[in-house]
Amino acid sequence: MRYGYYPGCSLERSSAPYDVSTRAVADRLGLMLEEIDDWNCCGATEYVTLHKTAAYALVGRNLALAQAQLGRGDGRAPSLVAPCSACFLNLGKVDHAMAEHPEVERAVNGSLGAGGLRYDPGALAVRHLLEVIVNDVGLGKVCGQVKAPLQALRVAPYYGCLLTRPEIPGHTHDDPEQPTSLDELLKALGCEVVDFPLKTHCCGGHMTQISAATAYSLLYRLLRSAHEYRADVIAVACPMCQLNLDAYQGAVNKEYGTDFQLPVLYFTQLMGLAFGLPAEELGLGREFVSPEAALAKVGVATPRVAEPAAKPAAKRKKGEQALPMPVKRAARKRQRATS
Amino acid sequence: MNHPRASTAPVRLLERVAADTPGGERLKLCLQCGTCGGSCPSGPDMDQTPRALFALLMDGDDQAVLRSNAPWYCVSCYHCTVRCPQAIPITDVMYALRRASVRAGLADDTDAPDFSETFIGYVEKYGRSFELGLATRYHLTHSPLQKIGHGPMALGMMFKDRLGLRPARIKGLSQLKAILAKAKHMEEAQGALRILPGLQPRT
Amino acid sequence: MTGGNGGDRPRVGVYVCHCGTNIAGTVDVESVARWAGESLPGVAVAREYKYMCSSLGQDLIQQDIEKEGLDRVVVAACSPHLHEKTFRRACAKAGLNPFLMQMANIREHVSWSAEDRALATDKARAEVAAAVRRVEHHRPLEPVKVPVNPATLVVGGGIAGIQAALELADAGYPVYLVEREPSIGGHMAQFDKTFPTLDCAACILTPRMSEVGQHENVTLMAYSEVEEVTGYVGNFHVRVRRKARFVNEATCTGCGVCIEKCPQSVVDEVFEAGLGYRKAIYRPFPQAVPKFPVIDKAACTYFQRGKCKACEIFCGPKSIDFQQQDEVVQIEVGNIILATGYELFDSRRLPQYGYGRLANVFTSLEFERLCNAAGPTNGKIVLRDGVTEPKRIAIVHCVGSRDKNTNEYCSAVCCMSALKFGHLLMEKTGAEVWSFYIDMRPLHKGYEEFYHRLLDEGMRFVRGRVAEVTDAAREAGEEGRLIVQYEDTLIGKQRRLPVDMVFLMGALEPRRDSKQVGLRFGLSCSMDGWFIERHPKLDPVATMTDGVFIAGTCQGPKDIPDSVAQGAAASARVQGMISKGSVLVEPVVASIADERCSGCRICNTLCPFNAISFDAEAAVSRINGVMCKGCGTCVAACPASAISGAHFDDTQVGAEIEGILWDALPERGMAEVTP
Repeated sequence: MRYGYYPGCSLERSSAPYDVSTRAVADRLGLMLEEIDDWNCCGATEYVTLHKTAAYALVGRNLALAQAQLGRGDGRAPSLVAPCSACFLNLGKVDHAMAEHPEVERAVNGSLGAGGLRYDPGALAVRHLLEVIVNDVGLGKVCGQVKAPLQALRVAPYYGCLLTRPEIPGHTHDDPEQPTSLDELLKALGCEVVDFPLKTHCCGGHMTQISAATAYSLLYRLLRSAHEYRADVIAVACPMCQLNLDAYQGAVNKEYGTDFQLPVLYFTQLMGLAFGLPAEELGLGREFVSPEAALAKVGVATPRVAEPAAKPAAKRKKGEQALPMPVKRAARKRQRATS
Repeated sequence: MNHPRASTAPVRLLERVAADTPGGERLKLCLQCGTCGGSCPSGPDMDQTPRALFALLMDGDDQAVLRSNAPWYCVSCYHCTVRCPQAIPITDVMYALRRASVRAGLADDTDAPDFSETFIGYVEKYGRSFELGLATRYHLTHSPLQKIGHGPMALGMMFKDRLGLRPARIKGLSQLKAILAKAKHMEEAQGALRILPGLQPRT
Repeated sequence: MTGGNGGDRPRVGVYVCHCGTNIAGTVDVESVARWAGESLPGVAVAREYKYMCSSLGQDLIQQDIEKEGLDRVVVAACSPHLHEKTFRRACAKAGLNPFLMQMANIREHVSWSAEDRALATDKARAEVAAAVRRVEHHRPLEPVKVPVNPATLVVGGGIAGIQAALELADAGYPVYLVEREPSIGGHMAQFDKTFPTLDCAACILTPRMSEVGQHENVTLMAYSEVEEVTGYVGNFHVRVRRKARFVNEATCTGCGVCIEKCPQSVVDEVFEAGLGYRKAIYRPFPQAVPKFPVIDKAACTYFQRGKCKACEIFCGPKSIDFQQQDEVVQIEVGNIILATGYELFDSRRLPQYGYGRLANVFTSLEFERLCNAAGPTNGKIVLRDGVTEPKRIAIVHCVGSRDKNTNEYCSAVCCMSALKFGHLLMEKTGAEVWSFYIDMRPLHKGYEEFYHRLLDEGMRFVRGRVAEVTDAAREAGEEGRLIVQYEDTLIGKQRRLPVDMVFLMGALEPRRDSKQVGLRFGLSCSMDGWFIERHPKLDPVATMTDGVFIAGTCQGPKDIPDSVAQGAAASARVQGMISKGSVLVEPVVASIADERCSGCRICNTLCPFNAISFDAEAAVSRINGVMCKGCGTCVAACPASAISGAHFDDTQVGAEIEGILWDALPERGMAEVTP
């Protein structure tokens, strides 16, 4: 399958391992990632802080370039894949705002016109790499590629914010509070996935640069909870989350008098390891917190794929004193009244 | 452009912010329930919770709103947005408040606008963000003291080959500049850049 | 203001209503009336008046009919939904057949949906022209009188249904009470105490349950569901499926030995709200009515594995019948009362509150069972481990209510329930109880006083909707507990409160199958899924389907007193129908011209009301005028154009369309169009 690929600035340097491992894994899975020519920065959370229309136009140039490069696809809007959650949101948000608000569409295309470009809202499906792997490739195929299951590796699945929030119809594919796609993917790799309560809480974003105390407090919460749940590794799907949790872990330890040693790896790196790819081809070794001890735990066994089967009414155990827990039931899809 | 009133007429900040945010007209539906203030990860650092900020906005106390540090502590996690029972795009309102505060010259209690400006400067110059430049220039010019704390981190980044020494530059830079210039011109034409009447920059 | 009279054309009177400023605020009412009088052919009189529906307004019409010799009337006012009956009555009083009156809706269709005065006035003219053109082709019709069957079907055996059934039965009329679950009692049977008086729910409910169960006029059909309803007001035919209990009701004594001996225990998702267990053969609760147990096939060892039969072995009167089949019963009733109740919001839909993930987060129904002496803990308030007493408890309001992400409405009962919980929790445990609310709404008699009582008793109140409940500790004192995070909006600060136990005040939601049930009974649901009453203020228990009434929470969230009041009100409406003995059925029905009917029978299957049958002897289809609702499906479907709909025939509808287009068909001219 052919996909437009928008790596984003972080993946060029500070998060190069994410890019490297993404390409390696995509290769195994038969995902054809075609980088958008001459893409520019998405503006992160900074550009829109000072200029709104220009921030939208900045993103608009990427959408316009991608639309021109990817064409019309096979009747459906071609997919533009971003591995970075901030890029994923910015690209999707501008596409959606242009579709929903005519004045935004006029402003963006008015600006793009100055560069001889144009974007038709809805012409692309902006998607996150994780969602493409889970939904297009499918866990079955992922499972089939697993050569060295990561059994006994306790992983805290960390989604961060912008992968599932804000909820944009057609753009967001998982629950904004308790997503499960990364959990399921990690289980398919054989990992032991911990029930990480803060899986969608914030890593601090750019606060490390502006108000370190605030950022450290947010990072401390995440590290402490992952530690209490006895995670060996935190799996991430966003370069900002990786950078903050990894590079500032020492600073957090210093600030709070703790000694967290939690390696933070991209989910694509874990996939690569499970696929039996050599560590160096996955960009491993550039972390601040070494994953060596954690990865040493990884043995070989058959992977488990979680299959939510319909369960009959739970039976009472002999001598059971405790009250039963509520039955696990797929949360009904949240529906927001359209405004 | 479809603006509620001519840009020179006095416009309440509430209306300005609502017009400057897609879906912002929902602001007036706020129930004052406090879900946003309770959800906010940096809520404890804010001088006003988002909810209180909206109350001030309704009340017309624009000075207090624009002087608040709350929008600058927003980490863009969107928890408030997805939980808001009235579906107000709170995070986007925070961005609009930041812009209004900078334009009114009242955002002088935080380094955040300077950080954004430095970031934007590199994007406009190269088309891509430049992490090393951002790390050094921003910290050297705006908070040399904090730089000391970040020093080892930046060094570590370079040591681990995670900071490039030279910025990447896109080919279509003049095209990008033309697009951004047009966008800023359009925004100015709407009056969005003008300082709100009745508000004086703090001296 | 008299217009031209075209020979033997009918003489039409046009009456344009201001409706205060409702219409006149947007439509130039005077000019519409003047224009109608001057320009519309056939109009003999045209007047405008402030309120046409007032007795003075009606008098105007009656006087004109008598003095001006009008034989057609057009009232341009509100929706016929509201005042068609009023003006039909006015015409009838003056000796004019009521079906020679036509309404033009210039309020809902025009003034309430338009802003521009000139355009709105133009549209009002078109509506009036259409009504005038149409009414000329009206023919007098006579309503059909049908007798009312004195038996009533009550669907749902909760407190509202029980009340309705008892009042009808006490008045001497036969009642069929159909309940889906094995016992009647509804949600109220699950409750421990009721607010604000704190009397025991079972103590006031069970006497009524046994009364209705034993009443000579009540046929109780528990563990049964209505499958099909046909017929019409006064004469409904209802098909009920009585699900197999696998217990012979004729011989079972209700001794309960079978339950005692059953080796299979499973979680009781219904009565115990998932917090307790029941056997595979069970009775939901000791005071169940009827007393007969029922076998849950999916849980029963015999049904699943072919072995066991412990219940059968120990049953004295040999009442266990593994071969029992569902039974389908046909009943005939004149009226129907729906009291199908509500469902509790599934709190898993708000993962930020942790229900289903965090053991000590409970729902409000779980509270009721926990607190109830007959519940799984014998009324002891303990954590999910079954032993630990809580020291601090949080009650979260508005879970799934007042939230555009789930339900926008207020569930009306949760504030009071939360106060009740607070009282019982403090009384039973001595724990500190915190309530987190957006707005405190104790809105009925004695409710505010109950709130004050709880303030006095030391319950803690925080104005702020809870943001999240987490087990991720951050500070000392939080480890191993649940942490409630919120903004105290009266202080303006974010806070975290470590607690041992959380109760979620889940919303009252419409039954999941309310839309299908509504279709079966000819009711529509609101956007939220509640059944819609005929009028929200003035006709709260009737529906748009004659002879079908609603009561209790199936109409919207309400507490026990309101549900009981509605049950009684619905029963009073039904008694009115019964004592009158007959109803008039609208003569707006279809009829078949025998000579044109080819006997193709296409209409037979298309009719949604089963009103058309085939007369084999004459080889033509025939329409039952009483069952026909005049929907027009057959009229449009008939390939031979043999069917016409009274009051909606081609000439009438065609004339109406020409009237609407009066200014777009200038070349033909109003007067030129063939009558």
